[in-house]
Amino acid sequence: MTKVQSEERRSAALLLGPAVLLFIGIGVAPLLMTILLSFNGWHATTGIDPSISFRNYADILSDGYFAQIFLRTLWIATATTVICILIGAPEAYVLRRMSQPWRSIFLMVIITPLLISVIARTLGWAMLLNGNGLVSTALQGAGLSSRPVSLMFTQTGVIIALVHVLVPFMVLSVWSALSRMDRSAEGAALSLGASQFTVFRRIVLPQALPGILSGAVIVFTLAASAFATPAIIGGRRLKVVATEAYDEFLHSLNWPLGAAIAVLLLIGIVTVVVGCNRWIERRYATVFQ
Amino acid sequence: MPFLVIEGLRKTYGAVHAVDRLDLTVERGEFIALLGPSGCGKTTTLQMIAGLVEPSVGRVVLDGADMSAVPPNRRDLGIVFQNYALFPHMSAAENVAFGLEMRKLSRTEIGKRVRDALAMVGLADKSDRYPRQMSGGQQQRVALARALIIGPKALLLDEPLSNLDAKLREEMQVELRQIQSRLGITAILVTHDQHEALALSDRIVVMNGGKVEQIGDPFTVYENPATPFVAHFLGKNNVFAGEARDGVLHIAGRPVGLHLATGRVLVSLRSEKIRLIPDTTDALSGRIVSRIFQGDHWLFRVETAAGVATVLRQNDGTEPPREGTRVGLAWNESDAWIQPQTESAAAPSAPETEQPIWEPAEALVEA
Repeated sequence: MTKVQSEERRSAALLLGPAVLLFIGIGVAPLLMTILLSFNGWHATTGIDPSISFRNYADILSDGYFAQIFLRTLWIATATTVICILIGAPEAYVLRRMSQPWRSIFLMVIITPLLISVIARTLGWAMLLNGNGLVSTALQGAGLSSRPVSLMFTQTGVIIALVHVLVPFMVLSVWSALSRMDRSAEGAALSLGASQFTVFRRIVLPQALPGILSGAVIVFTLAASAFATPAIIGGRRLKVVATEAYDEFLHSLNWPLGAAIAVLLLIGIVTVVVGCNRWIERRYATVFQ
Repeated sequence: MPFLVIEGLRKTYGAVHAVDRLDLTVERGEFIALLGPSGCGKTTTLQMIAGLVEPSVGRVVLDGADMSAVPPNRRDLGIVFQNYALFPHMSAAENVAFGLEMRKLSRTEIGKRVRDALAMVGLADKSDRYPRQMSGGQQQRVALARALIIGPKALLLDEPLSNLDAKLREEMQVELRQIQSRLGITAILVTHDQHEALALSDRIVVMNGGKVEQIGDPFTVYENPATPFVAHFLGKNNVFAGEARDGVLHIAGRPVGLHLATGRVLVSLRSEKIRLIPDTTDALSGRIVSRIFQGDHWLFRVETAAGVATVLRQNDGTEPPREGTRVGLAWNESDAWIQPQTESAAAPSAPETEQPIWEPAEALVEA
């Protein structure tokens, strides 16, 4: 190795140092400690005992109470993802066909949910969704319901609030896939006799699909691990995995059990994400680079 | 009865006429080139024929039918776009098959016709390739096959060869012309490349600033330009300021030929029409400042009292005069295009050709 090369290596190591330390300090170390903690035992009177066993996992996997929470989380995350696709993908297509300055203005509008604090946004939804809220009043006013309708503490309410904040990720993801698309391909398809709908289905949608799938991965991940929204809209009555883990830590003080729940959630999400990525890569390797 | 009639076509964007009162009549099987610098309205014209852009005024009549109310997907036109516009998620065969699928043909019929079409453009063995796995020339051929397979009434070509390298472009020009004449299909080509327009088309429509400058066959347009713009846009052109008095045309004080009118004139001369002769008193004289060998011809730049002239001479196997030699410039009087010098007659600039030079004689001091 020449002197220049070794110097380059040293400066590269120095430049990378801070990021690596940060990643280890706030990423890897707490994660490893959580995993270790999840194998420890716990007793109501003596607290955490440092023995190592799979008892926490066995408890979670054999208890119908936890199964219900995991299934509910899966359902909420899946429904949120599907609705985000249905809303976000056409939104991105329309946005792409807009001319400036409207395109920039509406892009700003679309990402506003991300600019508002999670507490303000979620409490806003709570005010809209409760029995005396705007949604209930509107439904009654329209004659669709004879008594107050509260979407608080329901899955529907949680899904609505999650879609609101997560749809920008879908729009941006599809948007970036569509911006690689050649507009004249749509003209070519039209000239070959395709209807506008066929152009969208056969030409636009397949090219937007990688964006839709990567957007779905982001939305699913964030929806499955969401905490604040289900905590406020869903409350105690409608627990999801993240709020259940929180309760085990802070209310039952059973840290090892909470850690095991968190680890299982992590495994679940990683499995879904890696599986999807594999599938996307295999399916589109030859077409998209 | 003409096959395609364009009547008073105009497209206005804001206050700008992208295309202004364009009239054109095309016969069946004719190859027409819309030629002009970028922004001259040629692509907008093509898009209006295709129905992808709606005209502000005017109409397109194709095969006797007014196209005004016909959407692009029912006009039966084959279009080849500049960047090919292939569907990236479909293989070559799937791209070509698309138009037939829209026409609801049977699967076996589509398969057979797609094989024939790909064979016609020499891509029989590439049917499973995706656009990204193919070279520019191959993508070009797929785009052509895709446009032709639907048996279109006319073929519209939007700068189809501009993304190819020079050698491939010439090959594709020959191939395109062969396919077009074999199928007897009406073709409209949009290009800014004069060589492409001259080589391919039966007639050229020279456009500038949204308006038609001249319509004619390539030879006529090249040899007898109707407007100064056409003269300067086509070919390598020289423009000299001259003065005609007593029936003799003078450039830089030298008598160079006869001319009946009197007054200041502009003399346009194609580079290949100028001959280098020994320096005499009755010809424009100059000094060779550069001499470039280009295989089949030599390109000279000759500094004269009327400006720098570009002279093109065929390589006839003998060595031409060297740099620094004093020479005379001569030409046949019929090759010079003379017009009175007025403010408006000053030649417009044409980006794709050499800038003409017509400084008055006194502005240049001979070395």
